[in-house]
Amino acid sequence: MHDGRLAGLLAIDAVLIAIAAWLVLAVLSLFLLRRRTAVARAIFPLAAVAGLLLGAAALWGLAGGAETAVLAIGLPGLPFHLRLDGLAALFLALLGFAGAGVSLYTGGYVRADDATPPGLFAFGYLLFLASMAMVLLAADAYVFMVMWEVMALSSFFLVIANHHSEETRSAGFLYLLIAHLGAIAILLCFGVLAGKTGDYGFADMAHRQLTPFWASAAFLLALLGFGAKAGVLPLHVWLPEAHPAAPSPVSALMSSLMLKTAIYGLLRVSLDLLHQPQWWWGALLLALGLATALYGVVFSAVQTDMKRLLAYSSIENIGLIVAGIGLSMVFRAYGMNALAALALTAALYQAASHAFFKSLLFLVTGSVLHATGQRNLGHLGGLIRTMPWVAWLGFVGVLASAGLPPLSGFVSEWLLLQSFLFTPGLPNGFLNMLIPVVAAVIALVAALAGYAMVKFFGVIFLGRPREASLAQAHDAGIMERTALVWLAAVSVALGLAPNIVIQALDPVTRALVGAGLGPTVAQQGWWLLAPISVERASYGPAVFLAGVLAASLLAALLVRRLYHGHLRRAPPWDCGHPWQSARMQDSAEGLGQPIRQIFEPFFRMRRELPDPFDTQPRYHVEIEDRFWLGLYLPVARAVDFVARQAGRLQQGRIAVYLLYSFATLLVLLLLVRR
Amino acid sequence: MNYFGLLAQSFAVLLALLLAPLLKGWVDLWRAWLQNRSAPSLLQPYRVLHKLFWKESVVADAASPLFRLAPYAVFGCMLLACAIVPTLSTDLPFAPVADAIALAGLFALARVFMSLAAMDIGTAFGSLGARREMLLGFLAEPALLMVLFNASLITGSTSLATIVETLGHQQFAIHPSLAVAGVAFTLVWLAENARIPVDNPATHLELTMIHEALLLEYSGRHLALMEWAASLKMFAYACIGVALFFPWGVAQAQSPAGMLPALPVLLFKLALGGVALALIETFSAKMRLFRVPEFLATAFLLAVIGLLVHALLGS
Repeated sequence: MHDGRLAGLLAIDAVLIAIAAWLVLAVLSLFLLRRRTAVARAIFPLAAVAGLLLGAAALWGLAGGAETAVLAIGLPGLPFHLRLDGLAALFLALLGFAGAGVSLYTGGYVRADDATPPGLFAFGYLLFLASMAMVLLAADAYVFMVMWEVMALSSFFLVIANHHSEETRSAGFLYLLIAHLGAIAILLCFGVLAGKTGDYGFADMAHRQLTPFWASAAFLLALLGFGAKAGVLPLHVWLPEAHPAAPSPVSALMSSLMLKTAIYGLLRVSLDLLHQPQWWWGALLLALGLATALYGVVFSAVQTDMKRLLAYSSIENIGLIVAGIGLSMVFRAYGMNALAALALTAALYQAASHAFFKSLLFLVTGSVLHATGQRNLGHLGGLIRTMPWVAWLGFVGVLASAGLPPLSGFVSEWLLLQSFLFTPGLPNGFLNMLIPVVAAVIALVAALAGYAMVKFFGVIFLGRPREASLAQAHDAGIMERTALVWLAAVSVALGLAPNIVIQALDPVTRALVGAGLGPTVAQQGWWLLAPISVERASYGPAVFLAGVLAASLLAALLVRRLYHGHLRRAPPWDCGHPWQSARMQDSAEGLGQPIRQIFEPFFRMRRELPDPFDTQPRYHVEIEDRFWLGLYLPVARAVDFVARQAGRLQQGRIAVYLLYSFATLLVLLLLVRR
Repeated sequence: MNYFGLLAQSFAVLLALLLAPLLKGWVDLWRAWLQNRSAPSLLQPYRVLHKLFWKESVVADAASPLFRLAPYAVFGCMLLACAIVPTLSTDLPFAPVADAIALAGLFALARVFMSLAAMDIGTAFGSLGARREMLLGFLAEPALLMVLFNASLITGSTSLATIVETLGHQQFAIHPSLAVAGVAFTLVWLAENARIPVDNPATHLELTMIHEALLLEYSGRHLALMEWAASLKMFAYACIGVALFFPWGVAQAQSPAGMLPALPVLLFKLALGGVALALIETFSAKMRLFRVPEFLATAFLLAVIGLLVHALLGS
C-alpha cells in the first residue's frame, strides 16, 4: 500500500475520479436549472461524497510517493501534466474533507428564490471545487494558470450570485481586479522561472539554477501574486468586501480553501521550485505575515457585520501562516532544517485547522442569516435559545478560532510559538535577537483573536434578542446540522491528536525543507506532543481535556452529593436595576470600543455622537481601512487620469483613426530602416 | 505513570484546593491590619464558601445552559492550572501535559467561559464586565506569556518543571532579564486577580468593577465555585511567581514523603507573597479604567524589554 498502489489503481487516479465526478455533477446541474429539490437533495450530497473520496484518496497519496499522470486534454501537443506529491496531497485532503462538509451544508442552504437559479449556482460551485483541485494537481505552469483562472472566474460568479444588489456587484468587481493583478504577477513569476528554455514543467523549473537576482525576482513576483489571492497586507482589501457579499457556503469555500491554494502556490514556488531560499525572503515574509495578522485581528475586533468580522479573522490566520512559512525559510536559508520543519509544520497545521474552523464559522453565519435575515450584529442576539445546534457547534468553532486549548487552533499557535522561542544559534545576530521578541506579536494576536471571537459569539448567540423578530428564528435543518457536526468534529480531532497529524505532515516538510518532526513525535504516545523533547516542551491535549472535564464533573458531582441541587428561576438581578431592555446590552460597537481606543492609529474613524439636546439621539461610527485612502484611491485616480488622457486620442472620426494608422506605419518603417 | 506519581499529583491538587481560600484569607487579614481595621478570621473564605454552597441557586429566567456550565468549566480549568504549576515537586505525572504556553491558554479558556457567561443573561452590567474582562485579558495574556518566555529563554525550555529545576538547582546567578520580568509579572498578577490598582475586590461600584460584574448574576453554588476558582487562580499565579523567581526548595521527588519537606518552604514563600500583595494594595489607589491599558502595556513592554536584555547580554 505504501507505493500508493491498490489493485492497480494509483492514488492520483482516485483523485481524478473524484474530480471527474464533480465535473459530471456540474454538467448535470445545468439540466436541473430551476429544480431546487433535485439540486439540493441529489447534486450537493453527491458532491459531498465525491469530496470525501477525494480527501481519502489524497490521504492515501500523502503516505505514498509522488505520482504523475498525463491527461489527453488541453492544446494539441501540450497535454495536461499532473502530479500528486506530498504537498499537493495535503492541500487536496483539506479540499476534499472540508469541501465535503461545505457541500453537504449547501444542499440544505440553496433556495429557489435566490437571484441565481440553484442549478447555475451548483454549476459554478462544482466548477470552483474542481478547478481548485486541478490547481493543486498541476505539474506545469500551463495547467496551473488555466486552472487558476477558472478558479478565479468561477468564484467571481459565485461571489456575485446575489447580483441584484449594487454592493455585491462592486465587491465582485474589486475581487476580480485584484485576482487578475495577482494572476499577472504569477504568470511573470513562471516566466522568470522558465527562463529562455520555454519549458514550463515544474520538474524542469526545480532543476534550473537561477542567479540570486532572478531567483529573488521570481520570489517577489510569487509573493505579489499569491499574496493578492491570500490577502497578505496591502492586497487584503478584497476579502472584507467579497466575503460578506458572497453566499455563506461560498465564503466558507473561499476563506478556508481558496486562500489555501494561494498558500500552496507560495510554498510550491518559494520552497520547491526555488529550492535555495535566501534569508531575507523569509524575513520579508515574517514581517509581512505578522503585520497582516495584527492588522487583521484588530480590524476583526471592531467589525459590526458578522461576515466581515470573519473575513478579517481569515486575514489574521493567513498572516500567521505566512509568518510561519517565513520563519521556516529563514531557518532553511541557514541550513537549520529541523527548526525549519518545526516552523513549517506550525504553518501547515494552522492552514489545516483554519480550513475546518473557518468553514464551520462561515456556515454558522449562513444559518443565522437564513434564520433571521440579518448580517448586522446590532440586530442579533440570544439565538442560543432558538438555534441551540448552530450555537453549540459554532461555540466549538469559536474556541478553535480563538486559539484556545484543547482545540485545533491552539496546537498550531503552540508550535509557532515554540519555533519562535528556539531560535538560538542563527548565525545572523540581528535575527537571533529579534525573533524571540517578535513572538510577542504572535501572543498579542492570539489574545486579540480571543476578544474578537467572544464578541462574535456573545453578540450573536448570547444575551437578549435585540429585535423582536428573532424569537421566530428556527434552527438549521438536518443536512446543515450534519455538515456542521462533521466540521466541528474534525476541528476537535485535529486539536486532540496532534501527533497523528504531524506524522502525516512529515513527508511534506521532508520534501520541502529536508527534515520532519515525524520520528521525534512518534517517540511519545499519541496523546503527548513533544516536537523536540519532553524536557523542552510538551503538550498533551487529550489528557488536558480529560483533566478539565474530570475536574468539572467531579466538582458538579461533589456539590450535589455534599450539598443539594436546588435551583430557582427568577428575573435577572443586574444590581437591582429595574426596567431593563435588550438595548442596554453592549452593542457590537460597544464591544469594539476598547480596541478602537487602544489601536486608534490603525483606523480612519468617522463618528457621529449624539448631542445632549437631541430628541432622537443617534450614535454612528464608521471605520475605514487606511490602505484605501493611502494606497488604493491614489492608484485608482492615477489610472483614471491616464485613461482620460488616452481618451483624448479617440475622436470618433474615421479620418483621425486612419491618420493614427498612417503615423504608426511611418514610425514602424523608420524603426525597421535602422 | 506509577501509583506514587498519581498519589503525589492528587496530593498537590488537594493541597491547592485547601490552601487557595486560606491564601485569600491571609491577604484579607493583612490588608485589614495594614489599614487599621479589625480583621476577619483567617478562615472566613471557607465559611463563605460553605454558606454559598448551602444556599439555593437563583438563575435568571433567560439563562442558557452555557450560564450553568461556566462555573464548573472555570473551576475545572483553574484546578488543572494548579495541577500543572510545580508547587511541591517538579516530577509530577501531569506536568508534561501542559507547558507554560498551555497554561496561559488555560487561563484564557477560563476567561472566555466567564465572559461569555456574563454576556448570556443580557444585562447591562454583564456585558460591561465581559468587555472589560476581555480587555484586561488581551493585554495581560501576552504579558504573562512574555514573562514566561523570559524564563524559557534562560532555561531553554517552556516546560514549567524544567524551568524550576534549572533555575532552582543552578549556581546562583543574577539574570537581569528575570528582574525586569519580575516587575512585569507583579503587574500582571495584580491585574489578573482583580487586585487594587486595577480592580477592587471589595466593592460593587458600577463604574469600576470588572471581576464582580462578571459574577453579578451568579448565586449559591455557582457563585461559590466561581469564588473558589478565583482563589485557585490567585494561588496558581502566586505559585508561578514563586516557581519563576524564587524556585529554591521545590522537591524533585514523586512520593508524598519526599514532597513533605517542600511544604513548609512553599507555605513560607506564599505567606510572604500574600503580605507583599496586601502591602501593594494598601499603598496604591484604584486606577481609572482608561488607565488600565497603559498599566498592562507597561507590563507587556517590560517583559519584552526583558527578552531584549537577555538577547543583548546572553548568547
